Amino acid sequence: MLAEPRIVYNEGYLDEQTKRVVRRALLKGIAIPGFQVPFASREVPMPRGWGTGGVQVTASVIGPDDLLKVIDQGADDTTNAVSIRQFFERVAGSESTTRTDEATVIQTRHRIPETPLAEGQILVYQVPIPEPLRFLEPRETETRRLHALEEYGLMYVKLFEDISRYGHIAKTYDYPVMVNGRYVMAPSPVPSFDNPKMHMNPALQLFGAGREKRIYAVPPYTSVESLGFEDFPFEPQQFDQPCQICGSSGVYLDEVVTDDAGGAMYVCSDTDHCTRAASAVGFRASRTRGEWDFPATGTGTEGAVQ
Amino acid sequence: MNQAAATLTPGFAQPVQDAQRVFRAVLEAMARPLQPQALAVPLTPPAPLTAEAGGVVLTLCDEQTPLWVDPQLHRHHEVTAWLGFHTGAPLVAAAAEALFCLASSPDAVPPFEDLSPGTDQEPHRSTTLIVQAEQTGSRQRLRGTGPGIREALDWDGHGMTEQFRTARAEHAGGFPRGVDVLITGRGTVTGLPRTTVLEPTGPDTAAEGGA
Ligand SMILES: [Zn+2]
Repeated sequence: MLAEPRIVYNEGYLDEQTKRVVRRALLKGIAIPGFQVPFASREVPMPRGWGTGGVQVTASVIGPDDLLKVIDQGADDTTNAVSIRQFFERVAGSESTTRTDEATVIQTRHRIPETPLAEGQILVYQVPIPEPLRFLEPRETETRRLHALEEYGLMYVKLFEDISRYGHIAKTYDYPVMVNGRYVMAPSPVPSFDNPKMHMNPALQLFGAGREKRIYAVPPYTSVESLGFEDFPFEPQQFDQPCQICGSSGVYLDEVVTDDAGGAMYVCSDTDHCTRAASAVGFRASRTRGEWDFPATGTGTEGAVQ
Repeated sequence: MNQAAATLTPGFAQPVQDAQRVFRAVLEAMARPLQPQALAVPLTPPAPLTAEAGGVVLTLCDEQTPLWVDPQLHRHHEVTAWLGFHTGAPLVAAAAEALFCLASSPDAVPPFEDLSPGTDQEPHRSTTLIVQAEQTGSRQRLRGTGPGIREALDWDGHGMTEQFRTARAEHAGGFPRGVDVLITGRGTVTGLPRTTVLEPTGPDTAAEGGA
């Protein structure tokens, strides 16, 4: 007993032809974990900040049986996240949720939820720059050749330069990973804190880069190793303190400015996790914007991940 | 064309939603190899094309995807007419030129050397093989490992031939090149991407009832 869709599904938006192109690319991406599949599609007009790649991937997988969660830097309530959710409610007839554990499809920009994902869930990443070798080698023909030859020496040299200079690897987001022992892959600008979550994850991870027209994937239960060295193994970011709202430790924290005098507090970037952890421990505080007793502006995330 | 079209059974009743549901089953199948995914397809393609295989072709193929069908299917003009009308996919005589190959049974699978594994730089430009197979016939004792599989899975081969397994294994050395397979059964689709390693764990169990 499905209700009639409120508007025609794909009018003025992703046509069936484009979806087939994306779908074929997704299947090949899964069959070749970590390999960037180029896909040729027409330009899909999207509002700024939506991440056309992520939206095209989500549009190609989502249906009326889905529960969609959209997060932007961990938050369900940013303008972009709300807009994208409403968009898919309208055009795909899907319902929305903010709960990580209930969502069937999660579109994300810059975070992997704290709540562990499960089999049957799909995590769709918005990717600005899909090519991890781009900053070492700008030529597309050359990066393609390097991937084909599994020639990743340049990448290791670059990481090692960091170690020589700073004593540690400076990169704290979009930290390159090796997928299934074969392809070096850009995990999109998630903090390196989240990198370990990609490894052997029960969920299917899909990556869409709209401007560069690349799709790639990590199937469930697939090895994802952050690059490192024997003497200097990869070390994800750590936070010494717990979230000041819900008390969770071992989560990714944002610095939130609380007053004009430079006061700040550290709170979960994952709003769904924070809300539920807070209610579990009996906190009255709500993460709903407007109910905080301090300005909920300037979440400080940009600073935290640079 | 109109006259021919008038005699064809219809495609998807709800093209957008039906294709989405079929695709999700296929996506899960490829992401979780050897685990049959439920695939209910409201289609009545002309025999011997099954609703499941027909639904997968309608979902994935179009004018951009050269399609090869086995001689058995090719002999049935209604089948090729139905596929052509509902997808627009050009039928090609050589399997090597096709992006999708459709086999009406495990015995009709073309030799692996006839399929395109792509290249090291473009491993995605490789054949996707769709095989209609009932989970009957010779049962193999196989163990599958690889991405999408937690540790390992036992598999009976889903009616695929021992010859298919050995031919696939012989061509498996060239990763990232490789052929990906979708096996349709009654109400199911099962994925066998190039990354899945199949190893025999015992003799065929045609005479036994073992799991
Ligand atoms: Zn918190």
